Amino acid sequence: MLEIKCPYCGKRSQNEFAYGGDATVKRPNLGDEVSTKEWDNFVYFRDNPRGKHTEYWHHVAGCRQWFKASRDTATHEIFNTASLEEEL
Amino acid sequence: MSETFRTISENNTLDKSKVINFTFNGDSFQGYEGDTLASALIANGVHLVGRSFKYHRPRGFLGVGVEEPNAMVQLHEGDKSEPNIMATEVEITEGLKAKSQNCWPSVKFDIGEINNVLKRFFPAGFYYKTFMWPKSFWMKVYEPIIRRAAGMGVAPIKPDPDRYEHNYEHCDVLVVGSGPSGLASALAAANNGARVILAEDKAHFGGSLLTDNVTIGNKSGKEWADETISYLKSLPNVIVKNRSQVFGYYDHNMTVMFERVSDHIHNPEKYMPRQRLHYIRAGEVIISTGSIERPLSFGNNDRPGIFLASAANEYMKVYGTLVGKKPIIFTNNDSAYKAAIEFHKNNIKSLIIDTRPSSDGELVKEAQSLGLDIKFNSGIADVKGRLKVTSAIIGKFNSDKESYTSLEEFDCDCICMSGGWTPTVHLSSQAGNKLKFDESLDAFVPNNKRQKETAVGAANGSFTLNQSLAEGFQVGFDLSNSITSNNKNTSVPTSNEPSFQAHDKFWCMPLPQGKNPSRFIDFQNDVAVSDIELAFREGFRSIEHVKRYTTLGMAGDQGKTSNLNGLQHVSNIQKKIVPEVGHTTFRPPYTPVTIGTIVGREVGNHFQPTRKTPTHEWHIENNVVFTNAGLWLRPRYYPRGSETMSDAVNREALNVRKNVGICDVTSLGKIDIKGPDAAELLNRVYTNAWMKLPIGKARYGVMLREDGMVFDDGTTTRLSENHFHMTTTTAQAANVLSHLEFYLQVVWPELKVNVLSTTEQWSGAAIAGPKSRDLMQKLFPKVDFSTENFPFMGLVETEFEGIHAKLYRISFSGELAYEVNVESNHGLFMWNEIMKAGEEFGIQPYGTEALATLRIEMGHVSGPELDGRAVPYDLGLQGMVSQKKDFIGKRSLEKDAFVNPLRQTLVGLVPVDKKTKIPEGAHLVENDKASLPNPKLGHVSSSCWSVEYNNPFSIGVLKDGKNKIGQQLFAVYPLKDISIPVEVVSSHYVDPKGERVRV
Repeated sequence: MLEIKCPYCGKRSQNEFAYGGDATVKRPNLGDEVSTKEWDNFVYFRDNPRGKHTEYWHHVAGCRQWFKASRDTATHEIFNTASLEEEL
Repeated sequence: MSETFRTISENNTLDKSKVINFTFNGDSFQGYEGDTLASALIANGVHLVGRSFKYHRPRGFLGVGVEEPNAMVQLHEGDKSEPNIMATEVEITEGLKAKSQNCWPSVKFDIGEINNVLKRFFPAGFYYKTFMWPKSFWMKVYEPIIRRAAGMGVAPIKPDPDRYEHNYEHCDVLVVGSGPSGLASALAAANNGARVILAEDKAHFGGSLLTDNVTIGNKSGKEWADETISYLKSLPNVIVKNRSQVFGYYDHNMTVMFERVSDHIHNPEKYMPRQRLHYIRAGEVIISTGSIERPLSFGNNDRPGIFLASAANEYMKVYGTLVGKKPIIFTNNDSAYKAAIEFHKNNIKSLIIDTRPSSDGELVKEAQSLGLDIKFNSGIADVKGRLKVTSAIIGKFNSDKESYTSLEEFDCDCICMSGGWTPTVHLSSQAGNKLKFDESLDAFVPNNKRQKETAVGAANGSFTLNQSLAEGFQVGFDLSNSITSNNKNTSVPTSNEPSFQAHDKFWCMPLPQGKNPSRFIDFQNDVAVSDIELAFREGFRSIEHVKRYTTLGMAGDQGKTSNLNGLQHVSNIQKKIVPEVGHTTFRPPYTPVTIGTIVGREVGNHFQPTRKTPTHEWHIENNVVFTNAGLWLRPRYYPRGSETMSDAVNREALNVRKNVGICDVTSLGKIDIKGPDAAELLNRVYTNAWMKLPIGKARYGVMLREDGMVFDDGTTTRLSENHFHMTTTTAQAANVLSHLEFYLQVVWPELKVNVLSTTEQWSGAAIAGPKSRDLMQKLFPKVDFSTENFPFMGLVETEFEGIHAKLYRISFSGELAYEVNVESNHGLFMWNEIMKAGEEFGIQPYGTEALATLRIEMGHVSGPELDGRAVPYDLGLQGMVSQKKDFIGKRSLEKDAFVNPLRQTLVGLVPVDKKTKIPEGAHLVENDKASLPNPKLGHVSSSCWSVEYNNPFSIGVLKDGKNKIGQQLFAVYPLKDISIPVEVVSSHYVDPKGERVRV
């Protein structure tokens, strides 16, 4: 079980959190013209790196804040976490 | 006492004033408090305890602790019965009942032993080679026979009556194992102010200090251990646990420990769980798990009476038990001489067989000075004695050590063997440590760590006491100091122990000429040297493949005594060095853990939380049958008298259509949405427009995922300009809240909105039916219920006897309906008042089944239709999709596949005979006799008995459904061989224009 540092609550066990996917994906702005390819990239296509991955986590059984984490997908090492406003 | 195999020395851990009676295979025996089942049986001269897994060979004890591969027993009887327990790990308690397993009719005469005679037909991989033909025989004939013949104990069939607990701990330093290096580390870390947990698997602390003749400071090793433990126990920053096995090392220094809390107590206190699982998140883990002795391979080396030398020594020194009175010590190193010296203290002379040409070790010299007979450059070729060893055939090696010059037979009643020592690296390896092979030790040791773990002492390949203590103190200080920075160093005491000579790199004895006895490597799985040779001949090279083909190192003991001997043999055959062969993966658990401990308290009603509505007790008083809706218990139906479920459901539904019904809707998700951008948020998450919703009005909304699929639906009401009350389905309530939070926090942080779950703050009752208005008017005389002043989708806030109530005119049943919401603590009161006032209108409660009937008849979609595969168009919700604004998932709706007119869309289905109910999940096909694969046109999602038309009715999705209305198809359910001719109709079966809700 991973130990994840919530930027608001501190270190907590993984079972308090929900994984939220790749945090480098940016949703197209509402109302913008979006090509099919661009939209498909946003909705469906994700990199699957072996190594460092920037991702969202939700402290769902805690403060209910979403935040970012940098994690190694192979070793599960979490390099750091940051609130949404901060740089990772 | 019938027992005769006890030591002279009383300096052990037994309490001889406390005699304990127990039975084994129905015979009564006595032991002392402190005895394990193994030591007590050995003390009574019982060595034959079980039969091996495959060949049903007679087996006794090999070890003294977790390494034991043979002595597996069935403990207790009835619902407490427990199979596959290592007799070496069980402390006897008064009245304990144990028996052998995997034998019939008895352990002494076991019919299954015919497998041993036939063993040339059961070599490695025999499963894969035999029983292959005829194919149909596998399930019916071969497998049941093999299952009966092989295997181990019998699982109990009744629920486990014992209680188990989970516990969560945090510490700076976890020390696993209380041998010299573990005690040193714990002491140094504790003195330096760290929060320490020290875990020991056995009942007694001290590890090798309990058996070795060493001194630390001016004390014996055992005295130093006892003193150190009492000191550690007195410290407030230290938790000391015995009978506790750290069996798993997971990510981020999460370790899991299994504690036997009351197994060793005859009548445990009521508050005591049987066993406890500790999740320990440690800052640093010090692995001082010691080492396990390796067996030697020789003919019939699995016979009862053949022990590891260290086990024999520990039985004498810790358990005051003699494994025999005419011992042969067989070794390739110095450590086995300890057993010979200990036997000598009990006036028993050992014959020592040493594979080495000589040794100058101090223990060897001591044995020589005691006048013990030592045969160097010799090995045991074979042993005699089937149920217990009676003699050994001993030979002097030829110069190449591949044969013997001569063989001689010596009587004995036990053989104590030692093939050297294997560091217990399991936890390090589980933690991700890349092990390296140490050629001087002939074993793997920890090398490159990935997590915060450090091995010390024998587990790190440091086999002298001096090294162990120095390492323990240093590591304990360094690691604790990185956390506490107290700089409080503990000085290392001086220590004294005998010197050792190198071991012989020789484990597998040559066979006696002209004979071919089995030389076992893995006792638990009956893997012999010949099986490994066979695997090689058949082309298996990778150690992982050899393991799986031969089952080497599998099963309960996970190869604790066999892995390295197996590797060594593979490397000998392949003419490679061991590191080139590599090792198999060490996985948790290190030792078997009971399922009860893993499950803990989460059994029965504690399996998951139960959410109850404020009117829960009322439902029970009214003969409810509940259903699970997520964690909620919701009324399913309320049978009266001898009603069947369908009788009750039809009555409840019909009463809503004719009179008025009441339904508990508390479990619907409710989210409070507040802020200047609240309407804008709704506009973005729902497909329809929200900006102009008037205050006091509700609107039905559909939300999509970004991929265009319908995610959830519900009504949301504008309470004030910037304040909304959203409802969600029961199932998606939590997900919708997370979804809103994601968009508010991550995607559109500029929106000023707060969202909060209020599901449990409100108790909701739906009042539905043509007489609902009359009932509401009677309950709330001050409110004007005329459609002009309280229209469909309206909200009125009022009060009832001082209670604030929100009245919504919304309907899921399709009838004129209202929903009364009061704060939860008034829920039951309000419900009772509604029932009282409703009596004259014929009010009846209705459950989720009647609710489903009502909504299916109306063609209202719910969970089975919102299955994550439907876009709004599929469900006839295209009218809900705004063309003027953007919202979550809108762009996806333009995708070619989603605008295809041939998509499966919502339709109604009526059986042609108007009698046969259509099972949910049935496939819709054009021709039920078509050859397979029969093209599937759609499926049935929800079915009911239409109370309006008195015939079955279903809804489902159908390819090009809108153009198929009026056609006849078949609903097929191949699993049950059902085919029903059905007519496609509109999904709006009752009141297609939706007039009833607006009257």
